[in-house]
Amino acid sequence: MRMAGALAVLAVSMVAGLLGGAADISPWQVVLQALDWLPYVHVDSGLAPVEQGLLFELRLPRVLVAAVVGGLLAIAGAGYQGVFRNPLADPYLLGAAAGAGLTTTVVIVLVPTPVVGIPVAAFAGAVGGVFLAYVLGNTAGRSGGTATLVLSGVAVTSFLTAIQTFIQQFKVEELQRIYSWILGDVGGGWDQFWLVLPYAAVSAGLLLAHGRMLDVLSVGDEEATSLGVRAGRVRLAVLLAASLATAAAVAVSGLIGFVGIVIPHVVRRLAGGSYRVVLPLSLIGGAAFLVLADLVARTVIAPAELPIGVVTMFVGAPFFVAVLRMTRQTAT
Amino acid sequence: MTADTARPAQMIETSALSVRLGEREVLTDVDLSVRRGEWLAIIGPNGAGKSTLLKAVMGVVGHRGDVTVGGRAASTLRPRDRARLVAYAPQTPSLPPDMTVYDYALLGRTPYISYLGTESRRDKEVTGSVLERLDLTEFAGRRLGELSGGERQRVVLARALAQEAPALLLDEPTTALDLGHQQQVLELVDRLRIADELTVVTTLHDLTLAGQYADRLLLLAGGRAVAAGQPGQVLTEALVGTHFDARVEIAPGPGGRPVVHLIRGVS
Repeated sequence: MRMAGALAVLAVSMVAGLLGGAADISPWQVVLQALDWLPYVHVDSGLAPVEQGLLFELRLPRVLVAAVVGGLLAIAGAGYQGVFRNPLADPYLLGAAAGAGLTTTVVIVLVPTPVVGIPVAAFAGAVGGVFLAYVLGNTAGRSGGTATLVLSGVAVTSFLTAIQTFIQQFKVEELQRIYSWILGDVGGGWDQFWLVLPYAAVSAGLLLAHGRMLDVLSVGDEEATSLGVRAGRVRLAVLLAASLATAAAVAVSGLIGFVGIVIPHVVRRLAGGSYRVVLPLSLIGGAAFLVLADLVARTVIAPAELPIGVVTMFVGAPFFVAVLRMTRQTAT
Repeated sequence: MTADTARPAQMIETSALSVRLGEREVLTDVDLSVRRGEWLAIIGPNGAGKSTLLKAVMGVVGHRGDVTVGGRAASTLRPRDRARLVAYAPQTPSLPPDMTVYDYALLGRTPYISYLGTESRRDKEVTGSVLERLDLTEFAGRRLGELSGGERQRVVLARALAQEAPALLLDEPTTALDLGHQQQVLELVDRLRIADELTVVTTLHDLTLAGQYADRLLLLAGGRAVAAGQPGQVLTEALVGTHFDARVEIAPGPGGRPVVHLIRGVS
């Protein structure tokens, strides 16, 4: 029931995402056209070839990338929150953002004709940041406690951000490119969609499969152990999957904030605390949220665009407060 | 009683069990032995190592010395096999406030579900019947954050029972409960113990309660087992006075079991 409702919200927001923008196209035509794109389905939407091209080459990949990135960030956030048993954990907690920011800046600033694309650099940076935090956290702390891991994530983040800031000062003229990457963009087209899809499928699949295990972890390591679960192993698996999801999202969209922390919360407030519900609903909710955020980003100051990261924070924060107020009778 | 020849009479045994936490040796050479179906209460002053002893048996803290569960060396058991033999409820269980009572009790089935698997129909049946036995059926959909102290204790017990382990380790099951609820929980544990032939090991800070319910007591002090035996043998004015640094008077109470009274100091 809840799942069906969430999927309906996602479908509506995707149609809205296809609709929004300059050209004058009716919702019904968009729905027909969307059906026509499905394999073996032929429907006449009555749209001119130019309009079809606009929808197919520009809007559709954009909506799909936004959906995938939003879904990944939200489910990764839910995974991190489960592993750290902390509602404030977000996908960037362990240095993924700082790592990706550093490598992307290096590519933009230091490599005149890029030998590697920004997505590859960002992906490698995100994975590298998390890896660094994990290795540090496990060697510095006793028995790999989660607190040590979070602290080493903080250390790695500030260290890598320092280097990134230092490098970007060399080329002030590139500041705008760097910042526009950092603030996020889902308008990369079909290439980006196909690039992110396999990672998205693997990481989201792994995370969804760990719902029950995250419920077990939610009673703490000691009790999880007494239930026959190797808590450390579960944590590592979920961390790997969530970090892969984060890196994939960051690679094609930059650093979009707030989705990974807000969406799982909203889901928990509305649908309860079990990760078996929180994970899939975060995936769907995050997708719908980012599609709508991108729609806002494209339309408020059209024909110019707002950075999507600005929208997620600007729209997300009041939305979050509203949900908190609406549901405050259920204590957490 | 032919089953007794196949099953060892001792459900839980430790020999020379020692635990070091950081720099401090919390337990030193503790020998423990609990017969099948018996209720052992571990008593002792604060910091004596009572909780640590339960955790060591459960395998959640590292230790030296041997632990045997159901006749098998615990070190050779996979975690999930150990969890099928011994269920454990800590002194302050973490109760995720948004989780429902049913989902929480269902966690007890974890040792029977494969890593990425989902619970079977039997897992749900067991959980449902445990909730029913503990009068929790109407609470099944309730969130843990909405429960009272006594209800929480029963829910934790439900999770432990859903584990269907022959031995139950309960760390201070009566903490933070009022008199009536303490009695209810211990009566419940006793009924379940008799009905399901469970072996029960509890830590209890209330000596009179320990003496009332347990078959045998183990007195820990400074990480060592200093006395063990029937309530009347362990709850003596000399032993309690020495190890708890308390002035007490011990008199026979209900069922001939000892009742411990504190004596007010002479000013």
